[in-house]
Amino acid sequence: MTDSFEDSCVPPRAMVHAFLIHTLRAPKAEEGLCRVLYSCVFGAEESPDDLHPHGAERDRLLRKEQILAVARQVESMCQLQQQACGRPSVDLQPQSSDEPVPLHEAPCGAFCLAAGDPFQEPRTVVWLGVLSLGFALVLDAHENLLLAESTLRLLARLLFDHLRLLVPGANLLLRADRIEGILARFLPHGQLLFLNDQFVQGLEKEFSAACPR
Amino acid sequence: PPGSGFQSLLERQGEIRDEELGRLCSRVCALLGREDWGPDALDALRRLFLIVSATKHGRRLEQPCVELLQAALCSPTCPEQLQLLCAAVLREVSPSRSLSLTCDRVQNTQQLGLVASVLLAQGDRRQVGSVGQCALRVLESRQPEGPGLRHLLPVVSKVTNLAPDALHEEQTNTLNRRLGDWLRHASVQQGIAHSSGGFFSTPRARQVRLGTRHLPGPGPLSPLPALTRALVPEPPPSHPYSGFGAGSQPPSLCCSVVVEALDMLARVTCLTGCERSSGACVPAAAVQGLSSEGVGGQGRGSCAMSPVLGPFWPRTQGPAALRVLPCLPQPGPVTEVDGAVATDFFTVLSTGQHFTEDQWLNVQAFSMLRAWLLHGGPGGSSTPDADDRSELEGSTLSVLSAASTASHLLPPQERLREKAFEYCQRLIEQSNRRALRKADSELQKACLVEAVLVLDVLCRQDPSFLYRTLSCLRALHARLCGDPTCVRALLPVAQFFLHHGEAAAVDAEAVYQHLCTRIPAEHFHSPLLALEFVQFCRASLPLFGRHLGVLRSSFPNLFKFLAWSSPPLTAEFVALLPSLVDAGTAVEMLDLLLDLPCLTAALDLQLRSSQAASEKPLWDVSVRAAGCLEAFRDPQYQALFQHLLRAKASGTTERLVPLHQLLQPLAGCARVAQCAEAVPILLQAFFAAVTQFADGTLTSQLALLLLERSDTLYEVPGYQARVHKVLSSQFLALCTRRPSLVVEQAKELLEFVGSLGGPHGGGHMLTSVVWAIGEYLSVSWDRRCTVEQINKFFEALEALLFEVTQSRPSAALPACPPQVITVLMTTLTKLASRSQDLIPRVSLFLSKMRTLAQSPAAGSAHGEEDARAVLTRATELLNLLKMPSVAQFVLTPSAEVSEPRYHRDTNTALPLALSTVSRLVERDAGLLPG
Repeated sequence: MTDSFEDSCVPPRAMVHAFLIHTLRAPKAEEGLCRVLYSCVFGAEESPDDLHPHGAERDRLLRKEQILAVARQVESMCQLQQQACGRPSVDLQPQSSDEPVPLHEAPCGAFCLAAGDPFQEPRTVVWLGVLSLGFALVLDAHENLLLAESTLRLLARLLFDHLRLLVPGANLLLRADRIEGILARFLPHGQLLFLNDQFVQGLEKEFSAACPR
Repeated sequence: PPGSGFQSLLERQGEIRDEELGRLCSRVCALLGREDWGPDALDALRRLFLIVSATKHGRRLEQPCVELLQAALCSPTCPEQLQLLCAAVLREVSPSRSLSLTCDRVQNTQQLGLVASVLLAQGDRRQVGSVGQCALRVLESRQPEGPGLRHLLPVVSKVTNLAPDALHEEQTNTLNRRLGDWLRHASVQQGIAHSSGGFFSTPRARQVRLGTRHLPGPGPLSPLPALTRALVPEPPPSHPYSGFGAGSQPPSLCCSVVVEALDMLARVTCLTGCERSSGACVPAAAVQGLSSEGVGGQGRGSCAMSPVLGPFWPRTQGPAALRVLPCLPQPGPVTEVDGAVATDFFTVLSTGQHFTEDQWLNVQAFSMLRAWLLHGGPGGSSTPDADDRSELEGSTLSVLSAASTASHLLPPQERLREKAFEYCQRLIEQSNRRALRKADSELQKACLVEAVLVLDVLCRQDPSFLYRTLSCLRALHARLCGDPTCVRALLPVAQFFLHHGEAAAVDAEAVYQHLCTRIPAEHFHSPLLALEFVQFCRASLPLFGRHLGVLRSSFPNLFKFLAWSSPPLTAEFVALLPSLVDAGTAVEMLDLLLDLPCLTAALDLQLRSSQAASEKPLWDVSVRAAGCLEAFRDPQYQALFQHLLRAKASGTTERLVPLHQLLQPLAGCARVAQCAEAVPILLQAFFAAVTQFADGTLTSQLALLLLERSDTLYEVPGYQARVHKVLSSQFLALCTRRPSLVVEQAKELLEFVGSLGGPHGGGHMLTSVVWAIGEYLSVSWDRRCTVEQINKFFEALEALLFEVTQSRPSAALPACPPQVITVLMTTLTKLASRSQDLIPRVSLFLSKMRTLAQSPAAGSAHGEEDARAVLTRATELLNLLKMPSVAQFVLTPSAEVSEPRYHRDTNTALPLALSTVSRLVERDAGLLPG
């Protein structure tokens, strides 16, 4: 049984490469830029050229630029999808913080990134737009997209609940420990987990105990 | 709103100067230095993280600060919240040369995970390797402190993801063995409350483990030392990770500790004892009698005492055994997602109130399974006989032998595959249950996808699984076809048949037919399915083989994905098109590509007419389409809509002009506009692919279709002009490939120039066609070219030029672009040089054009510069025509002229002729009378 995908020297990978949260602006917004509010890269891609290692500074800059490139693409994909559905922008209206976040109605999509643009390897991005925030997972090409999608929704729900994102203020920026704590449990080292509802509840309790409000 | 305030706060972070950062660092250092883990430290670390993460450019942290962050990260007393921030800050400043961090001395596995996250962020392969070694060492030593081994598995997974060769063969085998056990032998009793982290996470557990780990390895284990310690647990020390069981222990917990101790003992026995000893001392009959779980004899001694040893206990006796010890708390057996008591071993779809540590490990193990199996690769080092086995591929013999081999006798990798196989089979069975919770029903689908993907990997690595898998997947396929909610699981199933259909002599054709016919037509509006489908097509292309025809003929259906979600899919289709198009479908595909925005509008109507009112509309509700909807249901237009929305290539093209008009109200939709933007890119990709194989006939057909379609396009703002730009250049490219098509298709070309009545969409198409006529309507390109033909074209073009320049100088019509006028003049001159009777006629016309261009009216209509361009060209051409033989040589050069010799050698005629000509044309009418 020959198979091109196993003949290649690099085995097919199937994990999450990065998670990011960024701003979503209304289409054609004049003011401001697309801002990455939080990002976590799970294990750095190796520098392509070992013989001429780039400076540490350049490697870091490259990573940041890669993440920003993803954020910008997510923003424009989300805007295009919203326009196509006749919703001029993600609903920016502040709502009551008591209401549950309408995650099931949140625009969601995926797109591919070809090798070399901006990552060395081909990757898939799955994204979710909630209010004015974009959440995205950058996946290896062979990751389970269905699981990634539900994990992304789960992460967004947890972040909204535990960081009180609906309350005005900059909790997202000022409580990175909570984001880290959630990721460490629900997406450890970029490993998507098959968690049934009871496991999710167990982890959530564990998280609440470790990171009290 | 959650976005407010970010902008300014982030901008402020970028402006923070080094002194301010230095002050914050000093504060962090002071707090961490005196191990003040209070709210001040939390606040300072949060701010530090924000500052270092908010800018693209590196923020330098002083070495003492880096040291203290590392120390806090490795400290056994620092709370998790702070350690998370320390790790995050260190990751943010990576890659860093000043790290002295190593995971060698970290005992707590959760901490080890954090340290590993920092080290793996350095982008250094050696670091990755050493993290892997360290994680494996801890794993092998079986002395996990803190919340247990489950924190290590993702580390190992990431390590092999980043550096596939990071682990030695022996380590790989150890993990193969462990993973197999975690997958298949997790307890089927629920965990106990107050210890949601599982057994190993509490300090008590450490005590128990201390008691067991000094026992002699493979020999019979005595439960007594562990039991005595477990029954008299030491008070838990104040440890940041002891949050779950801290405080006084209720009496009942002592009992639960007994249960846990026994449970753990059994597991230790299983992990250490049975692998090494069972092969030698357990008769095969006994193994078979114990069902297929491959449990050795050593576990049975513990079974008698423990009620939580589900996997080790013959299933029929399980419930009876539970009643033996009524004093113990009864958390009960785990359940299926539908609430029924679990019928078989524990999986990620088994549920309960609380979970034991090995159940957590089960989840981790399955989550990393596929990547791990792929990492092991086909055959793998531990299966030296893999080649021999594959010779028997699919034969009854190998199937029987594989099934009857007790799995514990197998080498570790094969044993893991066997366990993985059973696990996937069970997941497929479990995913058929009706989940009580919505989240679990989502998980069932994800599990289904994963199970099929794992089975695919297993069968590719060891074909002896094929026989057992195929029947299961056939049944699954039948089930999925009837369940629209599971549609995404069909893709991995189809991929499986693509990989293995041949070997198993299954008619995979039906699977692909269903996939390509039904799915795009019914689910084109699901953005993730669309991407997955197209990715599947791209990845599977080399495997389609004789089934490629099914995929190729389904392009009208595949284009529905594209028409609906063009932004994320355009690049995918650009890559897919070369494999999708062949000589048989090229013309029809081009036709549909040009109608793609129209298809978008039709799909919009299809959704509007079918979607239930309760669902959230997928279309733009602000666009009213009542009239369109009526027409969509009108029998008069049924045939046209059916053609546009066809699932398969029909072999014909239809003129959809009535639909273009009918769908006009939808042309303003953003979705239609997005699709229209994508079409030019797709056309380029299409022609790049087609010209690789198109023969003369196909080239002519495509050129004709271009002519025909150039004025029958759906009217979306800006669409026509953008498409014409591509079509015109592609028309020229087609003519260059096959110059004689101008002579062959003379009739159609004449009709085209005659019917236009002027340039459309910027005149790109007309310019190209007229230029191609002037260039290729000549005996030197095709012997069949006649004087009559040349004269006919001359007359048609003359009439056209007259029409666009003189007959209607009305301001209401857009002015004819000067390119069109000059190319018409040039072509007329070229034709006259080939049929010299026409020279007086064209000279007269050109003189008129000069006069016209010099008139003030022309300047105001076209602008000074344009009028001058027309004047210059007319003058040049007139001058050329004064010397008919030179004109013929210049305007109809023989094919040889493109050879380099004509340009290098000054003695040949060309350079001479060129200099003469340039003198002629440049000197205006000075030399010769005008």
